[in-house]
Amino acid sequence: MAYQFDFGQVVSGEYGQWILSGLGVTLQISGISIVLSLALGTVIAVLRLSKVKPLVWFAASFTEFFRNTPLLVQIFFWYFGSYSVLPEAVNQWLYARDFEFACGVIALTVYTAAFIAEEIRSGIFSIPKNQLEASRACGLSFLQAMAYVILPQAFRVIIPPLISQFLNLIKNSSLVMTIGVMDLTYMARQIEAHTFHGFEAFTVSTLIYLTISLIVSLGVNLYNRRVLHVRSR
Amino acid sequence: MHWDIVFRNFDYFLIGAYPKGPLGGLAMTVILAVGGIFGAFWLGLGVGLMRISKKPSLRWPAMAFIEIIRGTPLLMVVFWFYFLAPVVFGHTLPEAESALIALIVFTSAYIAEIVRAGVEALPKGQMEAARGTGLSHFQAMTHIILPQALFNMIPSFVNQFVSLTKDTSLAFIIGVNELTKAATQVNNRTLTAPTEIFITIAVLYFVICYCLTEFSRYLERRINRYQARGR
Repeated sequence: MAYQFDFGQVVSGEYGQWILSGLGVTLQISGISIVLSLALGTVIAVLRLSKVKPLVWFAASFTEFFRNTPLLVQIFFWYFGSYSVLPEAVNQWLYARDFEFACGVIALTVYTAAFIAEEIRSGIFSIPKNQLEASRACGLSFLQAMAYVILPQAFRVIIPPLISQFLNLIKNSSLVMTIGVMDLTYMARQIEAHTFHGFEAFTVSTLIYLTISLIVSLGVNLYNRRVLHVRSR
Repeated sequence: MHWDIVFRNFDYFLIGAYPKGPLGGLAMTVILAVGGIFGAFWLGLGVGLMRISKKPSLRWPAMAFIEIIRGTPLLMVVFWFYFLAPVVFGHTLPEAESALIALIVFTSAYIAEIVRAGVEALPKGQMEAARGTGLSHFQAMTHIILPQALFNMIPSFVNQFVSLTKDTSLAFIIGVNELTKAATQVNNRTLTAPTEIFITIAVLYFVICYCLTEFSRYLERRINRYQARGR
């Protein structure tokens, strides 16, 4: 039985529409999660660097727990098991919207925030300690010193590793197909089921992921060379 | 809360239906992870050495392989090997085997980058001195460069093993009987305790991965101290 290749069927007509709408969902869920995980990750990193013991302890266990469990299990936890740990009002709010999409966003955000917090923490460590001491001596509070002196400098160094975390997030977003979010991978799987042309469907969606990754890593290399003056490779 | 459901199915989470039925659960996860890291180490070492080679005919294919694999989600790689095995071999591969192959191929691209970084981090004089004493390039690699580079890379390998252990959960999507699948099976059967079941599963993964992460940090400190003494 020879396999008949038929790329035309997959990239045009109804199935082409599926791929495009899947790509839209992938970009949408990744975009929302990137913004939220950056915010949450920054908060966790600052908590971990604060001097308040319970906050440090909370931030440390947050990063360790979510970094050391599989994303897929976290997605299932939020999807199947979160109703009994979340407040009733939040549940109602989520059920009234796209519940699968919301669970995907929560899982991706929390998982990536744990990694982002570590990147930000190591970036902040790369700023000499006397910067903080000097700004405290000028009369700034801890939060002011962080917001106006330390973080602006640290983010310059953190940007490349941060962007590779965002890239990981885009790739990880393919896992939300398991709870029925109709993203790019879900659509490829769906076309495979409808037409048995899995080869073409997976080629097209792999190429799309690959294009996103290559464009982003080219951007990071340019940034490294132009802004940080590091020779990549 | 229904923690009794977790207790009653705990042996199923650990070893699946074994010995009455097929092995599964955490045992299968560990088998996939250990088999995966073993295969990925050798494949990744080969690709990494090709990547740093001076010959374009070796370097370019390795570079293309690394970039393509690192730019693709693991789930896509898993699907590639699962749905394309019939096209290539004419018959389907068992799920566990095709998942294992996908994990090996995926992880080897990351191992190759670790190997490249490790070899390039060694002083250039090491290779020049080894060649100067009359060793061939191959001999210098196997006797001088790799033993030092691989030693320095041990913490990175352990970290990669942690990622791989987490990644084995994706084998569930194509139907391999491992820990995540055991959890969804028990959840589908009981329907009353999803929170408890998935917390238990997360904790099982966490125990393994956290111990390994701490081990890698310990090794890193030891290696740093060892190198500081040598200087």
